[in-house]
Amino acid sequence: MNRHISGQFDSEMDSAKRLLIEMGALVEQQLADAGEAFFRHSDESASRISEVEDQVNTMEKRLDDACVQIIALRQPTATDLRTMISVMRSSTDLERIGDEAEKIAKLARKLARHPVPGDQYSDLRKLHAAVEALLFEALDAVGRGDADKALRVIAMDAAVDELYRAIHEERARSLAEGVDNVDIVLAVLWAARGLERIGDHAKNICEYIVYAVRGKDVRHSGVSRLS
Amino acid sequence: MTEQHSDLTSEEVVDTSEVPITDPRLRVRDFSLWYGQDTALRNVNMVVPGQQVTAFIGPSGCGKSTLLRCFNRMNDLIPDVTTAGTISLDGQDILSPSLDVSQLRQRVGMVFQRPNPFPKSVFENVAFGLRLHGKLPQSELEDRVESALRRAALWDEVKDRLSDSALGLSGGQQQRLVIARAIAVEPQVLLLDEPASALDPISTLKIEELISQLKLDYTIVIVTHNMQQAARVSDFTAFLYLGELVEFGLTEAVFTNPQKQRTEDYITGRYG
Repeated sequence: MNRHISGQFDSEMDSAKRLLIEMGALVEQQLADAGEAFFRHSDESASRISEVEDQVNTMEKRLDDACVQIIALRQPTATDLRTMISVMRSSTDLERIGDEAEKIAKLARKLARHPVPGDQYSDLRKLHAAVEALLFEALDAVGRGDADKALRVIAMDAAVDELYRAIHEERARSLAEGVDNVDIVLAVLWAARGLERIGDHAKNICEYIVYAVRGKDVRHSGVSRLS
Repeated sequence: MTEQHSDLTSEEVVDTSEVPITDPRLRVRDFSLWYGQDTALRNVNMVVPGQQVTAFIGPSGCGKSTLLRCFNRMNDLIPDVTTAGTISLDGQDILSPSLDVSQLRQRVGMVFQRPNPFPKSVFENVAFGLRLHGKLPQSELEDRVESALRRAALWDEVKDRLSDSALGLSGGQQQRLVIARAIAVEPQVLLLDEPASALDPISTLKIEELISQLKLDYTIVIVTHNMQQAARVSDFTAFLYLGELVEFGLTEAVFTNPQKQRTEDYITGRYG
C-alpha cells in the first residue's frame, strides 16, 4: 500500500496500529499469567493480572481517542476507514480477553486453599495452550495485516471449541456422578468457558483483519466460504 | 460537434453491468472527446440513473467537468472540440447535429461553481428562463416562480424581497436562486458543477440538503472536488482519471470498498 500524501496521516494511523499491537502484547501476558495462576493456584500471578488490567483499560481508551481523532480530522475512506473500524473493534475484543483472563485469575484465588489435583489440569492446559497459540497467531496477523493468515487462524478456533466441549462433557459427567472436589470442577468449567471465549475474541480480531484488508465482512460465515 | 475516430483502444474497460440501476436516464457509450489533439475523455461507458444523484470525482484535469458539460452540449461553445461515441437522454442521441440545443438545455439544466445571478430582481431571475420558453399569464408566472423558489428552499428567505436585486443576496442564497432558476423551466436533469465550492460550510450544507430534496424530482449529476460531499449527497459515484472512467458504482461501495487500486489511492489521499 502506498503512503498517504499527508505524512501526518500515515503517522497517526501507524501510531494507532502500534498501540493495538502493544495492547495485544499486554493481553497475551495476561493470558499467560492467568494460566500460571490457575494451574499453580497462585495468588501472586492473579494480582499481577489485575495490575495489567488497568493498563489494558487505559490503552483501550487511548486507542479509542486516537481512532476518533483520525475519523474526525482525516475522514478516512476505503481501506483507511475499514482499518480504523477494525482497530477499534479489535481493541474492544482485546480488552474483553483481558477481562476473561482476570476472571480466570480470580478463580485461582478461590482455589488457593486447595491442593493442585494430581492430573495437573492436563486437559485444561491443552486448551490454554491452544488459545495462547490462537491469540499469538491472531496478533501476528494483525501486525502483518495478513488476511490469508487471519483466515487460517479463524479455522484454528474449531480445535479450541472441540477441546472445550471435551472438558465440559467430562466435568459435567463428574458432577453428575458425584465428586468430592466440586469447587475445583466448577472452577475448571468456568476457566474453560473463559478460555473458549478468549478464542472467540481472537477469532473476531482475525475477522476484522479480513474486513480491513479485503473489504469482506466474514463474521457469522462458515470458514469454507471465507477464502 | 461529432466526429469519428477509429484508432481508439480502451486500456481498461470498466464493467458497470453489475451496478444496480433500475431507471437509466443518460447513457454514455464508447464516448471520447478531444480538445484539438489532446484527449480529454477516452472510451467512457456509463449510465446515469434517473431520480438519483450521481457524483463525478477525480483530480483536476481528469475530464469530469468535460463529461458533465457534454450532457447539455456546453462544449459546443468551445472551438476545436471533437467527439466519438454516443450520449443519449431517454434514448435520444443528444449529440446529433440536428438536435435543438436550446431545447436540450431546457431538459438538462446546469448550475456552476460560482453563483451567477443576473443583475435583476430575485423574481426576474427565476422568471427569466420561463419567459425565454414562451409567454405565460402573469398569475401562472408568479405561481411557477414561487414553486421554484420553494423547491430551492429559498422562498421563506426571499418572499418579502422578490423585487430586490438578486445581487444583494448572500452567496449561498444566490446559489439556491440559480438552482431555482434552473428548475423553474422543469428540466429532467440537473447538472451541478462544484455547486458549493465557493460557499461557506452552512451554505454548503443547505445546498446538500437541497440536492437530497431535488433528487425526488430530478436526475442530478454533480461534479465535486470535495469527496466527503460526494459521499454525503450522491447515490452513485464515478471516478475518472486521465480521461478514463476508472470506477462507477454505488457511492457506499466506492467509498468503503473500491474495486480499483487507482480509486482506492485517490479517495484515501495516496495520489502523489
